[in-house]
Amino acid sequence: MRYVLNTGDDRREMLQIIGAGDIEDLFSDVPPEVRLKKPLNLPGPMSEPDLRRHMREISAENLNLDDYASFLGAGAYDHYVPQIVDQLLLRSEFYTAYTPYQPEISQGTLQAIFEYQSLICALTGMEVANASLYDGASALAEAALMACQHTGKKRVVYSGCIHPEYRLTVQTYLRYRGIELVEAPEAGGITDSQLLEGMVDSRTAAVIIQQPNFFGCLEDAPAAGELAHRSGALFIVMADPVSLGILKAPGDCGADIVVGEGQGLGNQISFGGPYLGFMACSQKLVRRMPGRLVGQTVDKEGRRCFALTLQAREQHIRRDKATSNICSNEAMCALAAAIHMTCLGKEGLRQVAGLSLQKAHYAHRLITSLKGVEPSFSAPFFKEFAVRLTEDPAAVNQRLLKDKIIGGLDLGRFYPGYSGHMLLCCTELRTGDEISRLAAGIGGMKND
Amino acid sequence: MTEPLIFELGAPGRSSSFMPECDVPVAPVEEMIPGGLLRRTPPPLPEVGEPEAARHFTRLSAYNHGVDTGFYPLGSCTMKYNPKINEFAARLPGFARLHPYQPEDQVQGALELIYRTGGYLGEITGMDHFTLQPAAGAHGEFTGLLIIKAYHDSRGDTGRRKVIVPDSSHGTNPATAALCGMEARQIKSNGRGLVDIDALRGALGEDTAAVMLTNPNTLGLFEKDITVIAGLVHRAGGLLYCDGANMNAILGITRPGDMGFDLIHLNLHKTFSTPHGGGGPGSGPLGVKSFLEPFLPTPVVAYSAEGGSYRLDCNRPLSIGRVRSFYGNFGVAVRAYTYIRAVGGEGMREISQNAVLNANYLLALLRGTYRAPFDRFCMHEFVATPPAGFKEAGLHTVDIAKRLMDYGYHPPTVYFPLIVEEALMVEPTETESRDTLDKFAEAMLKIAREGLEEPRLVKEAPHSTPVSRPDEVTAARKPVLRWQPAGGGGVV
Repeated sequence: MRYVLNTGDDRREMLQIIGAGDIEDLFSDVPPEVRLKKPLNLPGPMSEPDLRRHMREISAENLNLDDYASFLGAGAYDHYVPQIVDQLLLRSEFYTAYTPYQPEISQGTLQAIFEYQSLICALTGMEVANASLYDGASALAEAALMACQHTGKKRVVYSGCIHPEYRLTVQTYLRYRGIELVEAPEAGGITDSQLLEGMVDSRTAAVIIQQPNFFGCLEDAPAAGELAHRSGALFIVMADPVSLGILKAPGDCGADIVVGEGQGLGNQISFGGPYLGFMACSQKLVRRMPGRLVGQTVDKEGRRCFALTLQAREQHIRRDKATSNICSNEAMCALAAAIHMTCLGKEGLRQVAGLSLQKAHYAHRLITSLKGVEPSFSAPFFKEFAVRLTEDPAAVNQRLLKDKIIGGLDLGRFYPGYSGHMLLCCTELRTGDEISRLAAGIGGMKND
Repeated sequence: MTEPLIFELGAPGRSSSFMPECDVPVAPVEEMIPGGLLRRTPPPLPEVGEPEAARHFTRLSAYNHGVDTGFYPLGSCTMKYNPKINEFAARLPGFARLHPYQPEDQVQGALELIYRTGGYLGEITGMDHFTLQPAAGAHGEFTGLLIIKAYHDSRGDTGRRKVIVPDSSHGTNPATAALCGMEARQIKSNGRGLVDIDALRGALGEDTAAVMLTNPNTLGLFEKDITVIAGLVHRAGGLLYCDGANMNAILGITRPGDMGFDLIHLNLHKTFSTPHGGGGPGSGPLGVKSFLEPFLPTPVVAYSAEGGSYRLDCNRPLSIGRVRSFYGNFGVAVRAYTYIRAVGGEGMREISQNAVLNANYLLALLRGTYRAPFDRFCMHEFVATPPAGFKEAGLHTVDIAKRLMDYGYHPPTVYFPLIVEEALMVEPTETESRDTLDKFAEAMLKIAREGLEEPRLVKEAPHSTPVSRPDEVTAARKPVLRWQPAGGGGVV
């Protein structure tokens, strides 16, 4: 076994020092009736060249986004990941370390997380951000629980335009907590504001919207925030971090808690994970926050340094009284996000958001001018939009694939009422040529 | 020796932006987005060039201790070597550049990898079905307890709200019970560090939903009476949950499924060599016996023999639903799959044999100077307490931990499990050589002498790290949780 260093001689001498005759003696506490009587039925070991070949073969059974231009979005985005991000992630001092419980020898991870927290605050316009959660969906669920704990109320109103998988996750988290979950319906691609208003009352702990929402449309976030606050509820915004290059910060729209899927910030799309959920909130909520927090302090010599802090919220101290059962965060994904935000900088993030916006709107203009294609909604949108097709979206996608284009998502998968509608996404990576080919494919024409 | 914050570097107008020119006709932003939703000023992000960023983060990395820098015997965390071929595999475009909503026929390789990984984990643990959706160990526990709740409810057995955990359990166990709206009940361990059978018997009843155990337990001891325990739990109508954090001790030797456990979560970042990443991403696959399969989170990857293809099965009426988006930490699963294929079946057994050998060897070298509360062979880790005379000299476990840093080591886990006062929990793993263990033991024995001869040297350690002990009390009392420009307002 190539990752074990002990030789036969080592083993013999070590056993002698231990005072055991045989390695089996060390397992004498394992009762015979539960001992494995036969070898594990697993394939045999592989040499590294064979393994490399094998992994390349399995990976080659997939169509990847280097070879195909993808117009899929819906919570996982093909934004550019600059080379510097992955190069730095490969510093094994970062990736072979664990949770920075020992700050004297973990300042690298601690400072990087502190910078990540500061960057998320800058982006969202909030006062505090944690060290990251598993993904956007679980971050949203944690935010809902946090709001209930803070307000002492047990009713959450959320928009039906939030990503369906996020809503399912929230349902799972809240199921056994005696919390009533109320869904405000969608109308014209955005949350029905009149129905929403009727649902929010003084028993409500939180109002939750996604901005831009699952359909790519922009909600009237400031109005939803006012509505929440009028009833004494917290306002939770689920934001696309990339959109914040041009969209108003949720903190300026009255948000008390901001969560989101951070994948678009320097993380590979990787078939859905690992991603990171970011979470930011106002100062008054910090002691209710789940997950890890890094704080600035000084060492004995008065030098600035960083350490995990407010750990009295966490499971390893409080056990069943903790704010959450969370132990790990998604530190490497948060590091990727920090490097990415750093390198994009003030101007770069605006450029990425602006390019995505322009390309999506160009694609929208082109596609909705095609015969038989109607825009699904008239609400303003950022980088995603839906169109109604006269043909089955799966058939359209089959045709597009021949031209090395991966088309959009059939909305019928999540909203039966919108079957026959396709959700399309453009990031800064989609070129004018790819967009033309997308339009040509949808229109049933073939470009030469 | 400290590194400036990224916000303190760079200059206005500097950037590492790498964006192309817009190659489509442009429309005015104000026509596309209502003015009330537009940002007036760009977000206050840093303005640095790529060379500065590269140097900054590279320097930061140098302030870390990782497995590649040195020995990292952090008990309960299994800090083994992270093979480099795993990193290669996870970065292949055919894995890293896949969208989760590509149609199934475009991602057969990815689905196959998830399916096969689940199968291998099932064989290793003796479970029938696995889901890879949970993102971490605690997330696996959450998924497991929800399944247990759904199972009892499906039988009309709705009064089972209690989850029994030993007092040596991980903090995530009782915290997870609370997250699921259940009540954790703690039972005392016996004098040998094992589950007290009488206490368990007394705690079991009609309200018992489950018993959560780690085996070997957090003291590094194998629960010898595990089949008796399983019988008691099942007769009381409860289910037996295995916290698989300590799986590295028993690969190919014994299987939780054969011991009577009904569910188990694994930590791919512990046993299956995926990087800990400074605290994540991990992955916490959950395995169950057949009778619990209908409750697994949606979707599951299914294989159809006729078509010879894999698909996502979403039609699962009894499922607990989703615990996160998409299919879990796929990139972590790719690494674990790569590891399992590199090692093979017989290699699994060798891993555990050497993990247990290394732990016992280190214990043998330290025993006599450090106190071991349980006088028997350990499994893959052991718990020790400070040498005689330390308490009188005003020295504690934390001081030993800090002094170890001066010798180039990451300290063991400290003050856990809670039932051993001043605990030092040591887990060397199989990827360390005898030579490393000898040198580490030497340092530990030297610290034992220093503590008596020169207690201040130990009390004030570390002396050679980039920073000395941080003031954690002030950090918690007056939290500074983000950078703010000078004059940028009060402390937050």
